[in-house]
Parts: sequence; structure tokens; C-alpha cells
Amino acid sequence: MSTATLNKPESLDQPPLHAGEADGRIGLRANLRHTGALIRRNLLWIKKDPESMFDALLMPVVFTLLFVYVFGGSIGKAMGGGQDAYVQYVIPGMLAMMSMSIAQAVGTGFNEDFHKGIMDRFRSLPIGRGSVLFAKISVEIMRQLIAIAVLMLVAVLVGFDIESWPGLFAAVGLSVLFGSAVMWIFLVLGVTLKSPQSVQALGFLVMMPLQFGSSIFTPTQNMPGWLQNFTEYNPMSGLADAARGLMTTGHPVAHGLWVTLAWTVGLTVVMAPYAIYKFAKKS
Amino acid sequence: MTRSDKNSIPGGSAVTVRGLVKHYGGPQGTRALDGVDLDVREGTVLGVLGPNGAGKTTLVRVLSTLIQPDAGSAFVAGYDVLTQPRQLRRKIGLTGQYASVDEKLSGFENLYMIGRLLDLSRAGAKKRANDLLERFSLTDAAKRTAGTYSGGMRRRLDLAASMIGQPAVLYLDEPTTGLDPRTRNEVWTEVKRMVGEGVTVLLTTQYMEEAEQLASELTVIDRGRIIAEGGISELKAKVGGRTLRIRPADPLQLRTMAADLDASGLTGLATATVDAETGTVIVPVQSDEQLTAIVGHLAAAGFALADIATELPSLDEVFLSLTGQKASAPQDAPARELEEAAV
Repeated sequence: MSTATLNKPESLDQPPLHAGEADGRIGLRANLRHTGALIRRNLLWIKKDPESMFDALLMPVVFTLLFVYVFGGSIGKAMGGGQDAYVQYVIPGMLAMMSMSIAQAVGTGFNEDFHKGIMDRFRSLPIGRGSVLFAKISVEIMRQLIAIAVLMLVAVLVGFDIESWPGLFAAVGLSVLFGSAVMWIFLVLGVTLKSPQSVQALGFLVMMPLQFGSSIFTPTQNMPGWLQNFTEYNPMSGLADAARGLMTTGHPVAHGLWVTLAWTVGLTVVMAPYAIYKFAKKS
Repeated sequence: MTRSDKNSIPGGSAVTVRGLVKHYGGPQGTRALDGVDLDVREGTVLGVLGPNGAGKTTLVRVLSTLIQPDAGSAFVAGYDVLTQPRQLRRKIGLTGQYASVDEKLSGFENLYMIGRLLDLSRAGAKKRANDLLERFSLTDAAKRTAGTYSGGMRRRLDLAASMIGQPAVLYLDEPTTGLDPRTRNEVWTEVKRMVGEGVTVLLTTQYMEEAEQLASELTVIDRGRIIAEGGISELKAKVGGRTLRIRPADPLQLRTMAADLDASGLTGLATATVDAETGTVIVPVQSDEQLTAIVGHLAAAGFALADIATELPSLDEVFLSLTGQKASAPQDAPARELEEAAV
């Protein structure tokens, strides 16, 4: 059958790298190539619109300065130290918070794509449906790492003492791991909800109780009993406690680590296939 | 360049649709497609003509595997939309009524990205992007963000993006909706060129003129059902004959000639009308015999004729007589069919 012929036939002399299996299945290498092309797209967005990095660059600075200088004195005193003691306490918590705050952005960005025709084009191309999602997640993980790097810079400037470097890297890894699991939730919201605004609003409503009803900003022992029950299994507490235990001395790691890993695995196993399913079925 | 394709028979049907049903909001909801049958022969352009909400976009979305039908079957380039979507996607190109390019990327970046997604090598994708930019006269704007393009440039970029994979079947979903007449002509020229190169096209449109310009065959769809199909002239003939225009050599004879024809009884139930502006008498005719009889009568009556012409009815009239409602005019067409598809 004759197909489209261009006025420059030599341009057709480049066969596809991999024309696909007879059953149309997309191999791993092709999937990686597609994901790479889509990652490049998202990076170009950031290059053309550097303001989209404001949240990752400024949030760690603003939050650290606010909490350390506004609450640091009082809470530090209550903890039996001073502002310095609070810095050691809150920075690992901030590390936990960053992963979730940045993760939220993935839903809004994804939702915006659906209001443009480009998503239809992607979904009518012979590419794995997951590659569009994986590309988004990869770029958000890069943004998380940048936010964490900024956070640690500010942390050291306000007097944070990194007591264990391997612990720091382990905590960063755990935070990014959990953050990528959370992204699947926001991807589901991004596919399901009608507008980027509602994704943001709902995301905010979910995040606030999880972030503040946790051990991120303050120890939980003075909270009422029912709230302590909540914070005990809140993954944000788990992640903050684990990060604290890994980066500084005098805090247990095990409980927080297990809570975080359980949530990470649970969320990924349930939400990742669901997000891909919703994405594939979206009309 | 030709590409052998074991899944299609030359001269056969590139798109085959049988009994296609798609409803939104449950079985009792809106029937966007209500038992649609159609065929697009290889290398031809089928125009799917219908007003807003007729189901055109839903049809294209089913055929490009974006949504699944509730009943019926559809094959594109030999592949089943339901069971072989992955193979099918290698054969199609899609240009939606809203340009489906990334507005934040440049023209080149858009085409390069799609080239990579279609498994071209880096060098191959770059070359193909540049070739297509040149072909669609976008080379000068290659580095500009697509968001800054004019409406016509964006559609051209969209067409270029659809052509990267050398599709066997191209869907053009209202390719010129919202464009001004000059830009519309630009897009038509490009589409005609692609058709000349052998691509099979399924074109949806609500513009009569567009269907006449681009399509060889036509399917008229309304409320999810096909209400007429055939060649364009065939369809027009179906809707009640032609109009005969007679110009007497002497313009002063216009009225006497019209009166004479009415008196002759040859005009049937219709009457001859005088069009003073063009200096002609207009008579609707249903058959060749009637036409011959009228001309014979006028000659016998001694009228000197300067010109005789027959005209087919316009597609607007065709549509009106088929659906009982007037088709939407090009200028008031903020197409809302996507909303219907998104419900």
C-alpha cells in the first residue's frame, strides 16, 4: 500500500529504531526512549518557565526561616533546649514535608495537559500509556532533590548539624521514595478531577492535616490521645521520625522506617496501576 | 515510497465501521453514536458531515482508540480498535479540532519529540522535523514557541505532527473550525497535497464547502445516526433535482418567457421565477425529459436563447432537506463537540 510520501524522499530512509513487535507490544528499551523524550519535554517547560521552580527553590527557605525563628525559641525551650535544639528537631521534619509538598504539583500539571489536545495525541501514539506518567514522576523527583538540596543549604546556614552523612543520604532516599509513591495519588486526582484548581484545593485539604497532625514540626507527646493515635501511623510522622533518627542521634529509626516503607509500598501497589488504568480509560 | 502492508488489500477498505454505538451517562444516556456503519476506501477522502453534537468527534475518538465503543466493531488498516489498539496506533495520524501540540514547546521541539516517541533515531527525528517544518512553511518559525503561532500556523504544525509517523489513515477532526477563510484555504491546500500522496483521510466537518472541497464521498450524520451517504453529486441529485437557468437573448422577454412556461404546464408543480439581476428565468427540474421538453417548447415558441445552464442544489439545501434543520454556518461555529465527548 502506498503511504504518505514527502517531497524529500530521502527523509524516509531512516527506518524506526524499533518498529515494535508483531503484536504491537512496546519493549523496555522503547519505553525508556519514550519516557526520555517526555522527560525532555517537561525539562524544556522548566527551562522556558523558570518561575515554575519557585516552589521548589523558595518553599524550603521560607518554611525553614519561619519555623526556626517564629516557633523555634518557644518549642525548643519546651523541649528542654533552645532554638538550636529545635533546628536539630525540625530540619529532618522539613525534609519529610518537602517530598509531599513537591509531589502535589504533579497533579495540577498533569491535569492541565488534559485541557489541551496534546494528551489526545500522546494517547493516540504507539507508546506505553505509563511512559507519560513515569516522565512526570521522574521530573518531579528531580524537583524534589533540588528542593531538598536548597533545604539542607538553608539548614546548615541556620545552624543545623549534620551528625551522620550516610544517614542524610538514606533520609533523602527515603523521602524521595515516599514522595514518588504519593505522586501516584496526585496523578489519580489529576486524571479524575475536572480542573487544576480543584486538584490543588483537594490536594491542600489532604496535605494540611497530614503535615500538621504529625511529628514534623513538634513532638507529639503533648497532643491529645486520639491525635497521638493518628500521628503514630501517619506516614508523615513516620518519615519525619525516620529522617530524624537517620540524620541526628538520640531518635529511634525503626518504627518510623517501617511505617514509611509500608505506606510507600502500599500506595505504589494500589495507586500506580489505578492511575495508569484511569489514564488509559480517560475519555 | 511504498510500504508493503499485509493487513490491507489494495483498493480495499482502510476504515470499516459496523454498528458502532457509544453512549455517555449509562445505557439510558445520550447516544453519541447510535449504530454507525461506514467505509473509507483506501486512498480516498470520506467527509463526515454533521452539525455540532452529531457524534463526529466521538467517532474519531473511537477510531483513534481514545475511547472504547459500547457496541459494534471498527477496523482501521486491518486492525481492530478493541483488540489491537497498539498495532492500530502505528497506522494513524490524528489532527483534532483543537490543535494538539504543546504550546510551551517550539515547532521544532514538538515535532522532534513526536519523532522520538515514534521510535525515530535522534538524527532521524531531527531530520524529519526539519523536513516537515519546511514542507509546511514553518521553517522561519521553527524556534518560536507554538503558543505564539497564529491559528493557521498551529493547524499546520498539527498536520505536520500527524504526518511524522507516515500514517496510512489520517483523521482530520474539523481541521478548519474557527479559522478565517484565508487560513482555511491554506489548510485545504495542505490537505489536498497529502491526499495526492495517497493518504486515506477521514474528515469530519460542519462546513458544506469544506466537504465539497476535500471529500470524494460523503456521509451525513445527525444525532449519532447516518442519515445519508454517497458521492457528493449523488447526494445532491437525491435531494430533488436541479435548477435550470435560461437566459433569453432579449432581456425584455424575461417576463413573457416565464409566463409562457407557467402556462405550458411543463414546470410541474413549481413555477418559473424571474431573476432580474442575472437576467435569467429559473425553473426547478426533476428529470432529463422535463428539461428537454422545456427547451423544445421554448424553441418552438420562437424565443431566442442566449444561455442555458443547470445547477445542483448547494450542500446547505441538501442538509436542510435531509435533517429538517439548517446546518451551522462557518462563522458561528464555536464547536462544542469536545464537551459532549468529555461528559
